[in-house]
Amino acid sequence: MGKTIAEKIFDAHLVDRPFNAVNVLRLDRVFCHEITTPTAIQDLKARGKDRVFDPDKIKAVIDHVTPAKDAKTAMQGKVLRDWARRHGIIDFFDIGRNGVCHALFPEKGFVRPGFVIIMGDSHTCTHGAFGAFAAGVGTTDLEVGILKGVCAFKQPDTLKIEITGTLRPGVFAKDVILEVIRRITVNGATNQVIEFCGPVVDAMSMEARMTLSNMAVEAGATSGICRPDAVTVDYLWPFIKDEYPGREAALADFSRFLPDEDAVYAGHTIIDVTDLVPLTTFGYKPDNVRPVSDMAGTRVDQVYIGSCTNGRIEDLRVAAQVVKGGKISDTVRAIVSPATPKVFSRALEEGLIQDFMEAGFCVTNPTCGACLGMSNGVLASGEVAAATTNRNFNGRMGKGGMVHLMSPATAAATALAGTITNSPLYTDPV
Amino acid sequence: MTTFSGTALCLDRADINTDEIIPARYLTEIEKNVLGPHLMEDLELAGFDPKTDLAGIGVLVTRNNFGCGSSREHAPWALEANGIRVVIAESFARIFYQNMFNCGMLAVTLDPADIDRIFQVAVTSPLHISADVDTEEVTVSAGTETWTISFSLTGFEKALVQAGGWVEYADRNY
Ligand code: SF4
Repeated sequence: MGKTIAEKIFDAHLVDRPFNAVNVLRLDRVFCHEITTPTAIQDLKARGKDRVFDPDKIKAVIDHVTPAKDAKTAMQGKVLRDWARRHGIIDFFDIGRNGVCHALFPEKGFVRPGFVIIMGDSHTCTHGAFGAFAAGVGTTDLEVGILKGVCAFKQPDTLKIEITGTLRPGVFAKDVILEVIRRITVNGATNQVIEFCGPVVDAMSMEARMTLSNMAVEAGATSGICRPDAVTVDYLWPFIKDEYPGREAALADFSRFLPDEDAVYAGHTIIDVTDLVPLTTFGYKPDNVRPVSDMAGTRVDQVYIGSCTNGRIEDLRVAAQVVKGGKISDTVRAIVSPATPKVFSRALEEGLIQDFMEAGFCVTNPTCGACLGMSNGVLASGEVAAATTNRNFNGRMGKGGMVHLMSPATAAATALAGTITNSPLYTDPV
Repeated sequence: MTTFSGTALCLDRADINTDEIIPARYLTEIEKNVLGPHLMEDLELAGFDPKTDLAGIGVLVTRNNFGCGSSREHAPWALEANGIRVVIAESFARIFYQNMFNCGMLAVTLDPADIDRIFQVAVTSPLHISADVDTEEVTVSAGTETWTISFSLTGFEKALVQAGGWVEYADRNY
């Protein structure tokens, strides 16, 4: 019987199957940030187990609230920082070198096809874009990961989502994933792994694939995996060039994890995106999705461009292209948060930061910031945001605030208009 | 031998969610013990006063779907910080249930009729309950009455409780 990507990764990492349906896997990476890791660290200490399985496989960053905004967040950062030093965790990214975890770690080359990765964060699924099995876990699993480099998972039942057709100009990966979630709903892939495939995914850049995989969890999925291919190899090449004689060899190696022809899937959904239009959300669930044109005219108080979903250089380029030469509406506050220092400096070099500032945007340091409503742009009760983030839950960006999720192009156009609107990059078919 | 026992408290309501077990405002705490005094402080239930009724309690008995809502592990931690290591209910929310075993604690599912009987005797007499993980039996004592009810666990659940949770289990075995 053929196997899916996730099954092949599981086979390659199986350490133990102590009980039925309990697969204990060896971890290639444990990623850590300052919100969820300190609790794990303190508990390990309390148990007399303040150890790490391998400091080189643990990567840590302060990203959610940075620079610290108060005594409590300062302490969270301190616990993580002290722990990283104590255990010789070299890849620890503090202020000045830090950025949103799911943008920073791939950019550093820490993710490879076939890897098993955990982190105490829901959007760990982002790293599936590289053909890895990456899952968000709770504190106890994180503790075990840090301590022993293993994690237990149930069988990876896989939902195959095939994206066919061709995307129209002005329609992006963000619109595709919103359409996927609209179709299958927020429970559509609960406890399953999504395998994204099809010509549209094949044609996507790694950054676009990360946007796709990032929101797999919003459909309930444990992980959202894209098939590793030449695009993956090209992205990773600077990091792996000493490990392989050439790109073909790397591709051949990564192809071990490609699904078999006769792999067995729990489900198979085909979505033709040829007629897909730019989308946005209207309620408090990520499957409350509608065409932007249906929401046109909805007033917003704040526009936020950033996050692990859409805060990368390609996102900033598209948004800057829309705002360049224009001015944001007087009724709107607009914030752009480049997801990493590298994204920030590239945006500076390319003049994008200038474009944003001239249009009236506030440019923040790389951080999760407003995405989780803890700092850098929290909404007041009753306010409305247009955001390139991934969660529109009630109060997500501030108690009593409303969030409409959308692509960077739509968010940029909305900043100029002051109300939700399609970007000029998109034109309705005649 | 793994046995948990203690004075039991009955919470006569279904769907007690994790927000009622430990309010979201305490999720930023990084020390588990800090959660202790806040256990169920927002739970509104006739005749229940979190300030006094939780003292000395080791076992909770409740209705359907206990632990629903957000999947925070702070819920079992807040129970544990109060010395409550067993929850007996008609049913549990799936993630809360798994979190209990991961923390080395015991979640016991019993038939509604068995739960009813426990609630009935608890009206008149203080309740003492012990749960034996090895024999998969709960022993209930109230006044002059004592009776035993069996429950079932999977092999992994049993192993987790016996080891003292997933951290201890993994540290020993891997
Ligand atoms: S950017 Fe938002 S969704 Fe992404 S890791 Fe940060 S808080 Fe979470």
